[in-house]
Amino acid sequence: MSWAAILALGLAAYALKALGLVVLGPRAVEGTFLRLAGLLPAALLPALVVVNTFAGDRRLVLDARAVGLAVAALAVWRKAPFVVVVGGAVAATALTRAIA
Amino acid sequence: MADAPPADPEAPLPPEVRRNATVLGVAVGVFGLSFGVLATTAGLTVGQTCVMSLLVFTGASQFAAVGVVATGGSLATALGSALLLAARNAAYGVAMAPTFARAPLGRRVVAAQLVIDESTAMATAQEGRRAREEAFWLTGVAVFVFWNAGTLLGAVAGDAIGHPEVWGLDAAFPAGYLALAMPHLRTRAGRVAGACGVAIALVLIPLAPAGVPIVAAALGIFPAVLFVPREPAS
Repeated sequence: MSWAAILALGLAAYALKALGLVVLGPRAVEGTFLRLAGLLPAALLPALVVVNTFAGDRRLVLDARAVGLAVAALAVWRKAPFVVVVGGAVAATALTRAIA
Repeated sequence: MADAPPADPEAPLPPEVRRNATVLGVAVGVFGLSFGVLATTAGLTVGQTCVMSLLVFTGASQFAAVGVVATGGSLATALGSALLLAARNAAYGVAMAPTFARAPLGRRVVAAQLVIDESTAMATAQEGRRAREEAFWLTGVAVFVFWNAGTLLGAVAGDAIGHPEVWGLDAAFPAGYLALAMPHLRTRAGRVAGACGVAIALVLIPLAPAGVPIVAAALGIFPAVLFVPREPAS
């Protein structure tokens, strides 16, 4: 990859990130916008969980990550601390891969 | 939860957030090592690899870009796949905009570089504007430091730890996001948005290029806004 390509990618990535904070900025206090923006994480985070767990190369897959997610879900349900949720999922996934 | 009291904008940050941000940072750091190794193997110099992590600073996009280059794909394909994966950051920026609406321009310009999965998830899980902004900075800076340190180490020292997947570290992220999604699912509108987002992502995983299923999931907010009556403090 050339330096130009790396700089272009950096610039484009920053432009996407800056849309909300820099471009919208102080205008982001109006009622309807607040409600829409407030709901975005509710729509995005569960989708992020699903994609990080079940997405393969353009297909749905069921692998050791699903075991980790199941352990994480159990820990969340039991109101375990964040560290336990993450650590439990990591350990369960590693163990599944080691024996599978 | 219609009777939930409105969040106090000045509510303090829960003390465990600092540790939680570090946990995510360390997991990201190990993938940073992996990225450093992959990028240099794909032909980038150590300098290019490190500048990429500093400037682009969005892991999935960087892996996609150097992955395409490593397998002999064209530059256009590399940049295209990287940008599709980075597109979700625009939605994160919109989600974070109210938290930073009253911040000075300089602070918003710097914060924008830290708008990624981890910082947005940790920030929006907090109650109140002040705690959100503090959680955003803590997580964003932790991830930035670990990602870039990992990249440098991986690029210079090479493959010392093998694949992070062997240690199950790829499972850290969905687990963390699951925990951080929970506060958003307390309201009915949040649950509708979440269910629609998941459905959109599942349908698109086999149909669309990587990155698209997550950005498209943002459309899940519209059924929630249109069909769920507004709740106080939602």
